[in-house]
Amino acid sequence: MQNDNQPTRREALKCMSAWAGTGLLWSLVGGIPKAFAAGDAAGEAAMKAAGGTFSFAQVSDTHIGFNKQANPEPLKTLGEAILRINAARPGFVLHTGDISHLSKPEEFDTAAEALKGLTAPVHYVPGEHDTLDEGGGKLFLERYGKGTKGNGWYSFDDHGVHFVALVNVFNLAPGREANLGADQIKWLEDDLTAVSTSTPVVVFTHIPLWTVYQPWGWGTDDGAQAIALLKKFGSVTVLNGHIHQVIQKVEGNITFHTARATAYPQPAPGAAANPGPMVVPPEKLRSYLGVTTVAAAQGVPSLKLNDSTLEGA
Amino acid sequence: MKYLLPACCLLCFALGLPALADAPAKNTVEIHDFKFAPGTLTVHVGDSVTWINRDQTPHTVADADKTFRSAALDTDDKFTHAYTKTGTYKYFCTMHPQMTGTVTVLP
Ligand SMILES: [Cu+2]
Repeated sequence: MQNDNQPTRREALKCMSAWAGTGLLWSLVGGIPKAFAAGDAAGEAAMKAAGGTFSFAQVSDTHIGFNKQANPEPLKTLGEAILRINAARPGFVLHTGDISHLSKPEEFDTAAEALKGLTAPVHYVPGEHDTLDEGGGKLFLERYGKGTKGNGWYSFDDHGVHFVALVNVFNLAPGREANLGADQIKWLEDDLTAVSTSTPVVVFTHIPLWTVYQPWGWGTDDGAQAIALLKKFGSVTVLNGHIHQVIQKVEGNITFHTARATAYPQPAPGAAANPGPMVVPPEKLRSYLGVTTVAAAQGVPSLKLNDSTLEGA
Repeated sequence: MKYLLPACCLLCFALGLPALADAPAKNTVEIHDFKFAPGTLTVHVGDSVTWINRDQTPHTVADADKTFRSAALDTDDKFTHAYTKTGTYKYFCTMHPQMTGTVTVLP
């Protein structure tokens, strides 16, 4: 359990402050990445001037099948999230995992039926809750793994942006964090050789690629190897779910961003005895749930991340 | 063995402890706050160990050497495994691999 390695509460808070802040607009001009706050008129104008804007959305941790006090109706809140996403008219949607709660066939069926409500196509990666069937993820891969490599990893290009789906919820080892595995890292290396360093790259995977909070296993053991392969690119955005809250960190050209869940909130790192579902007053629940939309302008490797809650839905 | 039970119960009453029927069953591991409790357990060959999930989140119980793995245990679900050989066996939750425990099996 490595208790002696656990950061103190104070260290954890210090770590948190580095992760604070969201709604960052960032741009790469002349090879030099520039970050500025969302709402910065000059930045937004630069993006618009570039023309050919497009957007995509991220939905995460729908946990269909969850029925505990923290949200007895995750199907209802997913429905509200779908309405929000459709209203934003994204080109496509990324689902960053934990589609189901217990990987039951009927949970996958219910989730798929609900997600048909999205007007845009959806790209999936599994969460650890999607690998609980007897086949250890077989049901997920049968449904969503067609045309993917290994345990469901793949890449595609859209509007000049390279998207990479990584899977870090298989073959988890005792006492360790999530892992990608040597095969997937080798594949990533090969996949990225064909991509120019001026191409914006978006990586999406369920568990944070970067260690958000080690005592709760919120990180990926070999994530640093993937990050090392991404460092040469001028603009990289890493989108994760798993922790049911928005946390962002910018390191060099790489922005790490986690999305809210649509099912139930989880506590801030170290803020509770365990990372399980956080019960909030029912009238406050929707302020803890939400989706992320990402706007991009073709020709300008900049992405604008916007997190919105389900409040007022 | 039989005559020991009343003596024990008398002791429980005397100390104001819960009656024997409410005490945790033998060789039971409770899963609570993303931890196995007790984290280390000693049993004998042929004994069964039962895990009960008391969290609001599902967990699994899997042998570190992959000899067995439970299904997902939702709240209050149980899983039982019989240990048939002596040794020290490490197990963990495949969903939250920082959760680990050990069962030592004596002759
Ligand atoms: Cu667990």
